[in-house]
Amino acid sequence: MDNINTFRQLYYTCKEKNKAIYEVALDYEASQGEYSEYHVRLQAKKSLDAMKDAIKTGLNCTEPSPSGMSGDDCDKLQKTSAKSILGSTPQKMMKYALATSEQNLRMGRIVACPTAGSCGIVPAVLIAFAEDNNISENEQINALITAGEVGRLVANKMALAGAVGGCQAECGVASAMAAAALTQMRGGSVKQIINAVALALKNILGLTCDPVCGLVEIPCVKRNPFLAIHAVTASELAMADIISKIPIDEVVDAMEQTGQLMSPLLKESSQGGLAKTKTAIALEKNILK
Amino acid sequence: MRQASIIDIISPVMAGPSSSHTAGAVRLGLLARNVYNAKPDKVTFKLYNSYALTGKGHGTDKGLLAGVLGFSVDDERIKNIFDTPEAQSINYEFEFLQDFNRHPNAVDFIFEGGLNFTVSGDSVGAGEILLTKINNFSVNLSGKYNTILLVYDDKPGVISKVTGIIQEDKVNIASLYCDRSGKGKDASMCICIDGDLTKNCLNNLSDLKDMYIVRYIRKLES
Repeated sequence: MDNINTFRQLYYTCKEKNKAIYEVALDYEASQGEYSEYHVRLQAKKSLDAMKDAIKTGLNCTEPSPSGMSGDDCDKLQKTSAKSILGSTPQKMMKYALATSEQNLRMGRIVACPTAGSCGIVPAVLIAFAEDNNISENEQINALITAGEVGRLVANKMALAGAVGGCQAECGVASAMAAAALTQMRGGSVKQIINAVALALKNILGLTCDPVCGLVEIPCVKRNPFLAIHAVTASELAMADIISKIPIDEVVDAMEQTGQLMSPLLKESSQGGLAKTKTAIALEKNILK
Repeated sequence: MRQASIIDIISPVMAGPSSSHTAGAVRLGLLARNVYNAKPDKVTFKLYNSYALTGKGHGTDKGLLAGVLGFSVDDERIKNIFDTPEAQSINYEFEFLQDFNRHPNAVDFIFEGGLNFTVSGDSVGAGEILLTKINNFSVNLSGKYNTILLVYDDKPGVISKVTGIIQEDKVNIASLYCDRSGKGKDASMCICIDGDLTKNCLNNLSDLKDMYIVRYIRKLES
């Protein structure tokens, strides 16, 4: 099988073979000789189960993080009396994103998808939509593999690490993956899925990684529900056949360049941005004593 | 270099909070443990740059120690690793350093015991890792392949003898990386293979003249 290193190659392979992204992705993995379709599906199922466990545990837990800075936001969102203007599925996505992220900061079991700091985004979008729309487990696995293929193609260009590319490479990529999974489950075409990815990524370029006290808490926890909804926006626009004028591969190039131009002070070093605000410095004095 | 797989992106299942700073740290520790392949008396961990600056908050120190002790990335005991009997059975210390010639997430493991070994590595993103140096030799180890590390006298013909012996096991060589400290001095070979080697093959490698160190470094399971 020819190499698939870009979204363009993925798109044309899908067209040529008249296959979905997850089908081509599974064929490609198998052709690389390391992971059979069975193996990839098994890992996807294992990850999906672990994602569901983390949501379930997180929804019922209010244990604060070791720093004491976070851990009760999911509970607050579940108990709010304010009427949601987004509707029940997006609100569920926000709850699930918070539930997973809060489990993460408690050093609980989560799935790095693609990273731990961004662990709430893909599960929230995928599982909340699947629950509310009777999506079968097999289709959920297909959606997760679609998301994985998106992450793989970005990772071929740049490392998915805040210390290398800023938060755009973590929560940004997670959001693009979630947009792909969601558009797949909604029955979107290959073109619509790829546009959802481009729209999601294009609109988070430059997102920095400036965690307060160096902990995956502020702003990471709340960024997960934000970027879950960002994925929904991308999918909504793409399903309306709205096109990213900059093709996805060029958006990825732009993201890589933006990551290189970003100061190391804003890349997971906690030496700038939110991490150096007056309040952050005060928190640091209290917590890291 | 090996390309990312979908599996790398949608896994691992891990104890939080950071794939590069927690799971990556555990995996670096596990692979360094496979390199050292013995119980050390003492391990000194040198953490650099982002690992040094934000490592404590991300449990990087806990992760590195957990890996060296053989805990897997999804083990929820990592949170309280310092209190485990395993951790209390060895001596360890941490140093936090800045060196912008090193990767943002770099670490040195200094093992002391029957043999002294220094292993250096980077956490390169999404839990993926790379060991870059073993003692003074450059290596390129991602933990994705079973790998043979050899240290020997830099003399003509060694590479061909080594690949000949490996061929007897009918395994494919995925990559071969050589380095030396100087002409006619110590040399190293790092051979990644598909599949597994027999004990007999490893014995034959050890029996080669001028071979100092033969290490079979098993790939990481997760």
